[in-house]
Amino acid sequence: MGFATDQDHRWAEMMAAAQAGDPVAYRQLLSELVPILRALVRRHGVPPMHVEDVVQDVLLTVHRVRHTYDPSLPFLPWLAAIARRRSIDLLRREGRRWAMEASDDKLETFADPSANAPTENRELQEWLGMAIAKLPPRQRKALELVKLQEMTVAEAAEASGQTQGAVKVNVHRALRAMRGLLGEG
Amino acid sequence: MSNDIDSLIEQLARDAAPVKRLHPPMLRAGLCIVAILSGMAVAILLFANLAVIEARADAGFLPIELVGTLGTGILATIAAFHLSLPDRSPRWALLPLPALAVWLAGSGLGCVRHFLSGAGNDWSMRSSWHCVLFICGVGLPLMVAMLLVLWRARPLAPAPVAIAGGLAAAAFAAFLLEFFHPFDISVMDLTLHAAAVGAVVWVSGVTGNRLLAKT
Repeated sequence: MGFATDQDHRWAEMMAAAQAGDPVAYRQLLSELVPILRALVRRHGVPPMHVEDVVQDVLLTVHRVRHTYDPSLPFLPWLAAIARRRSIDLLRREGRRWAMEASDDKLETFADPSANAPTENRELQEWLGMAIAKLPPRQRKALELVKLQEMTVAEAAEASGQTQGAVKVNVHRALRAMRGLLGEG
Repeated sequence: MSNDIDSLIEQLARDAAPVKRLHPPMLRAGLCIVAILSGMAVAILLFANLAVIEARADAGFLPIELVGTLGTGILATIAAFHLSLPDRSPRWALLPLPALAVWLAGSGLGCVRHFLSGAGNDWSMRSSWHCVLFICGVGLPLMVAMLLVLWRARPLAPAPVAIAGGLAAAAFAAFLLEFFHPFDISVMDLTLHAAAVGAVVWVSGVTGNRLLAKT
């Protein structure tokens, strides 16, 4: 049995243990997967500045769909399919954002671009207000404290009564949800 | 490794409650198909006029239509359960196409025969609207049930899953309709049947895409 097969078999066992609720095996598995995920995500053409975001997104997705993994099958193809999907999502989102920015240039109504600013800012503020209001309370709180009030994670954790890890996860999930809303808009 | 990823892994490991693993997709699809067919068998035995069905089967293209609709329903169900998993090929979406071709061929031939028999000059909607209501009335609840079962897998690409699930529901509804449709279909019938099937698939694609994306 080659290295790759041995390794895959070990990961499959660790995932089976994680599915049974073993946090030690799960932590070890996720830590070992990070370098593989970075390589997979880069291979799908994700720009370097977004690689860490997509890796975090893949880890969250692995957590969400871990019940779909069948330990009798190889682990790496399952993981690679999730990494591919999340990379494509990022590339599509970025493509849409670039397209929106390009089309916004054409929609300027005044010769002086700054003349559009008050209306655009008001619309953006209204949209952000609505998007934030749709978030679950813990995510909304974490986002407001860290991104809007510019607190450190430690300060936000103390102010919200959440752990630092929970604050980071909630901020990440909130941003992902808002990106999703932006994609719908 | 960055601090963000470290803390995320720590948080996820702490949240690692035991999960109930999904059964293999063929088993889940099989159970779903058996449940749907059982319900339809009861409806047919209780309410369908089987004598009329036998007469139609002898004279027309009904057997082809039955094989096509039932085959499409079964294959689209299997495709939807496979597509709902992260590591399955998107090519599973092609699975129902051969049966769909048989369904279209059976309906089309029945329609042509009806037209050539001279009875096909009737362009009125006759009872076609009842067929539309039947396909939507049976297909939409079936579609909702199908989406709820498929949602268990939290599909990463919900649209193809929702479309395959909607096609399965519409095909099963069309199969059941054959037992309550005592005549060959006219051009108008065929058009409205296709529109009703298309509507169920479209509703499934749109609503399912959002429903299946929910965590």
